[in-house]
Amino acid sequence: MYPAISVIVFTVASGAGFGLLILVALFSAFGIGGGLSLGETLTAGILGLALATVGLVSSTFHLANPRNAWRAFNRIRTSWLSREGVFAVLFYPVAILYFGGLWFMGGTKTGALQGLAVLTMLLGVAVVFSTGMIYACLRTIRQWNTSLVPANYLLMGLASGGVLLTTVLAYTKGPALATVATTTLTLLAAAGIGKLIYYFWIGKPQGSTINTATGFTRAGVRLFESGQSGGAFLNKEFGYQAPISLVHRLRLVVYALAFVIPAVLVALLMQNGMDVLALLTVFSLLAGLAVERWLFFAEARHVVNLFYGAQRT
Amino acid sequence: MRLGLVIDLDVCVGCHACAVACKQWNSSGTTGPLTDYDPYGADPSGVWFNRIRSFEVGEYPQSKTVNFPMSCMHCETAECVTVCPTGASYKRPEDGIVLVDQDKCMGCNYCAWACPYGARELDQASGTMKKCTLCVDRIYDEALPEAERQPACVLTCPTRARHFGDLDDPDSGVSAVVRERGGFQSMPELGYNPTNQYLPPRVQRPAQQADRPRASLQDKLKEWMARAITK
Repeated sequence: MYPAISVIVFTVASGAGFGLLILVALFSAFGIGGGLSLGETLTAGILGLALATVGLVSSTFHLANPRNAWRAFNRIRTSWLSREGVFAVLFYPVAILYFGGLWFMGGTKTGALQGLAVLTMLLGVAVVFSTGMIYACLRTIRQWNTSLVPANYLLMGLASGGVLLTTVLAYTKGPALATVATTTLTLLAAAGIGKLIYYFWIGKPQGSTINTATGFTRAGVRLFESGQSGGAFLNKEFGYQAPISLVHRLRLVVYALAFVIPAVLVALLMQNGMDVLALLTVFSLLAGLAVERWLFFAEARHVVNLFYGAQRT
Repeated sequence: MRLGLVIDLDVCVGCHACAVACKQWNSSGTTGPLTDYDPYGADPSGVWFNRIRSFEVGEYPQSKTVNFPMSCMHCETAECVTVCPTGASYKRPEDGIVLVDQDKCMGCNYCAWACPYGARELDQASGTMKKCTLCVDRIYDEALPEAERQPACVLTCPTRARHFGDLDDPDSGVSAVVRERGGFQSMPELGYNPTNQYLPPRVQRPAQQADRPRASLQDKLKEWMARAITK
């Protein structure tokens, strides 16, 4: 699959944004590990909303006819893309009502605000889960057609949200720093293991072959000619395949930048006075996740490639 | 009613006349034009509803070239319709034809991702997804003589490799030919249940080849020596 920059920015930024907002709602509304101050909550909340918005706006850049983008909320009963849009649009008023209410009450947590926080968390999970399901529901791409995909999207979204919240707390030296950092380390470990399982799983030969595509299952089949003299939409959209050596090197880069380095830095951030490392943590994580998302597309092999020379997917 | 095509791989010669007729008819049809990019330049490209690939099946001398025309299969389980967020893609309940409402499409490519048969192509000029309409603007046109109320690709095929009809009706010509010739679907394992079917080439004895004399033991030894030395 062709890795489009707009979709990479969309999934990484909105995943991190919604992940951060879910954790902020959790830690601020229920005072876990000492809770978040009003300033911390609003800073992290605005950062999360900004990231989520950047992601969602970026997603519209890959539309060829954005005039009709408003129609994308029409098929919530069948389409995960539609569901993702509807959940994202519902998320904003609820989250803004929660953060606004908290600000209005001067940080006092009432039962109603806690209810809004729970709703914010649920909608945030729904958005990120839907993002994963957009890819996981496609039977045409076996590397995506697995429940590991939404699980990984959720884990990576929450882990990157955790890293961002740790960063904010490293600057403010808030009381919840230790608890948030520990949670983040757990989430990073879970996301790293999830991704490891995914990389093993997609290595297993399975799925459609040139034989099932052409119906000749009792003889060898190879493409003789594609019947076209130049590239067309299908080749551009689905034809890209990263060289295997590059894929293996980039997987190491993903592990280093998105999981190992952020985990080490988060552990260091738990010590007070290490806030110089905070920005480095965020950059490493976002760069690692961008590479991870690039690979997610570059490694996906659509079955249409069987009609353009691939023997199997 | 489940309208679709049955394509006879035994007689298709891969002349691309169906693709050209399709392009000609649909360029001025309901979802036209089928935009061409850089048509007279160095790297021409464009939108087609019908593409023909050629495959080599088996090993010589039991080998055969198979020309495989592919257009929209008008699947029973049309995932392209399921995933469409805008409702632009739809499957007509009355005849099973899958269409794209050009006024509603936002060009997100998601339906093309969901299609295993490469039937959908984005038109960069209009920014919308385009696909085979099964010539819905021909087959119901009462201004045409009844014999011509068929898709353009079917009418034009010089070897009559393409058949059009109702695959729900067990007495229709297409159903009968699928039954008799063992018609099959492409990638049935994905569960899309495509309406279009393909008829396999008839089983034939391989063409008579010139007899090769059996090599004597001495010749085999010589050949083995020659190979061993060149290594």
